Amino acid sequence: MIAYAVSDTWALVGRHMRHIARIPEKLLSITLMPVAYVVIFGCLFGTAIAVPGGDYREYLMAGIFTQTMLSNISNTALGVADDLGNGLVDRFRSLPMSQPAVLVGRTVSALVLSALSCTVMAVVGFAIGWRVHHGVGPALAAFGLLLLLGFAMAWLGALIGLLVRGPEAISAVAFVIVMPLTFLSNAFIPLGGLPAWLRTVCEWNPISAVIAACRELFGNPTALTGTALPSRHPVPMSVALTLVVIVVVAPLATRAYRTAVAR
Amino acid sequence: MDIAIQAEGLRKRYGDHEALRGVDITVPAGEVLGVLGPNGAGKTTTVRILATLLEADSGRASVAGFDVTKQPRQVRGRIGLTGQYAAVDERLTGRENLRLIGTLYRLGRKAAKARADALLERFELTEAADRPVKTYSGGMRRRLDLAASLIGEPAVLFLDEPTTGLDLTSRLALWEMIREQVGNGVTVLLTTQYLEEADQLADRIAVIDGGQVIADGTPDELKGKVGGERLQVTVGSRAQLPEVVRVLAGVSAGSPTVDEAACGVSIPLLDGISAIAGAASALESLGVEVTDFGVSRPSLDDVFLALTGRSAAPVRTP
Ligand SMILES: Nc1ncnc2c1ncn2[C@@H]1O[C@H](COP(=O)(O)OP(=O)(O)OP(=O)(O)O)[C@@H](O)[C@H]1O
Ligand SMILES: [Mg+2]
Repeated sequence: MIAYAVSDTWALVGRHMRHIARIPEKLLSITLMPVAYVVIFGCLFGTAIAVPGGDYREYLMAGIFTQTMLSNISNTALGVADDLGNGLVDRFRSLPMSQPAVLVGRTVSALVLSALSCTVMAVVGFAIGWRVHHGVGPALAAFGLLLLLGFAMAWLGALIGLLVRGPEAISAVAFVIVMPLTFLSNAFIPLGGLPAWLRTVCEWNPISAVIAACRELFGNPTALTGTALPSRHPVPMSVALTLVVIVVVAPLATRAYRTAVAR
Repeated sequence: MDIAIQAEGLRKRYGDHEALRGVDITVPAGEVLGVLGPNGAGKTTTVRILATLLEADSGRASVAGFDVTKQPRQVRGRIGLTGQYAAVDERLTGRENLRLIGTLYRLGRKAAKARADALLERFELTEAADRPVKTYSGGMRRRLDLAASLIGEPAVLFLDEPTTGLDLTSRLALWEMIREQVGNGVTVLLTTQYLEEADQLADRIAVIDGGQVIADGTPDELKGKVGGERLQVTVGSRAQLPEVVRVLAGVSAGSPTVDEAACGVSIPLLDGISAIAGAASALESLGVEVTDFGVSRPSLDDVFLALTGRSAAPVRTP
């Protein structure tokens, strides 16, 4: 059973990798866009804001990494909705294959692409002066955490794609989700200056927790002044919050897939 | 396994619209059932339930001897499905599509490759095999889609409007490929809006409307109800009608009907071409002025008119 599920997933990951090779725009969007983010935010705003305990440019990098992970929501949603609309989901569901493999194949492919984006961004970040200060091990742990977040966001995207369908509606829903996740977080600003209630909301945002944990692991300035649990223990709390998202969303998406009707 | 497809009392509701209101279907192994019905009749819904894609609200169905809700995996291992719209990956090539399906069908890598190549050859897609499907014509896509549904050598094949939107040549080619499967002993359930298609391919036809089977029988039985093909003759003057009726009655077993206003007479063509020839020479020797002479085939609309007394939703004719 498991062996079959793995081989089915593998076959579908192969399919998505072929897509990347066939659609140059897609390859650009997962490499060029993150690079643009790093360059624009890092160089333009890198000196605009002062953060306690270090350089704003270093502070920004973890936030920029998570933006790319969030883009998995709309990318995965659009892909899933496309398969549903053109009847491929019907075809897959009429085959004696592992059914969860269809979504797992999608989300694992998103993970591969996220890893590619992270690599490119890290190289460009390094070129403009971003450094990690605690060595390779913690830095790799931080990337692992980012990819875990990317995986969670891909599952969220799969769920949205199955429930929402239309590409315009998907873009709108993804925007409505990504905006608060981004701006109610510590991605671009330290939370110290916010009113207490708003700060608590931001601190419990899983994105903030992941960003804080990455900063800690990279040895970049964290500017953590909060008292909420995720601020005091960013690494374990970020892992826990991200896992909660996966544990809630993946079964919902799998169920939505089982009953999804094309058109 | 004598009965390949059996459905009893299938019901399906979408919101407050009842798409299926108790559909019963039986298809003996090796036979072809044509499910004929207008837009919205419930054809696709029926196929989706039988192919394990959708659960009925009530009723039961078994395919290839397995219950569609309790043993979906066994059913999926024995069916092929060609949906109403070609379900292929546009970005992949034809060959990659078939290999992927073969792998997911668990044929094993090597067998999937060999099967893909054989099907591409059979469906005359070898030349286009390594082009992305995006570049295929509608007919090529349909052929690839049919090939994909045959990867696992299914015992039961579901074809949902397989030729809608195809030109005549592509339609004939596809019919030929479907016949070949039937020749191999595959049981086929085919939905269509075209009486002619059902007539060409099916052993039995079930006419479905408003989520119910309203008639079923062999094509000849059904055509008998509608009247089958008719020869229509229009003459120049009303005075000649009685004589025309008399000679036409002599060439066919059926009795002529007369449309006085249009100066027309029509007779059922029970024995095909010989009656046409007979009528032509009889009219010739009679010396009447014939302004129109032609054969009309019953359309789905005629079947409907005959079966329900009302007109079906507008349909395109093949
Ligand atoms: N997912 C759905 N949600 C709501 N209503 C649906 C859904 N699918 C089908 N229906 C409705 O159920 C009825 C039967 O639809 P179905 O697709 O089975 O018809 P069909 O005979 O295949 O028609 P067509 O010739 O247009 O393909 C239609 O009235 C349709 O509008
Ligand atoms: Mg249909």
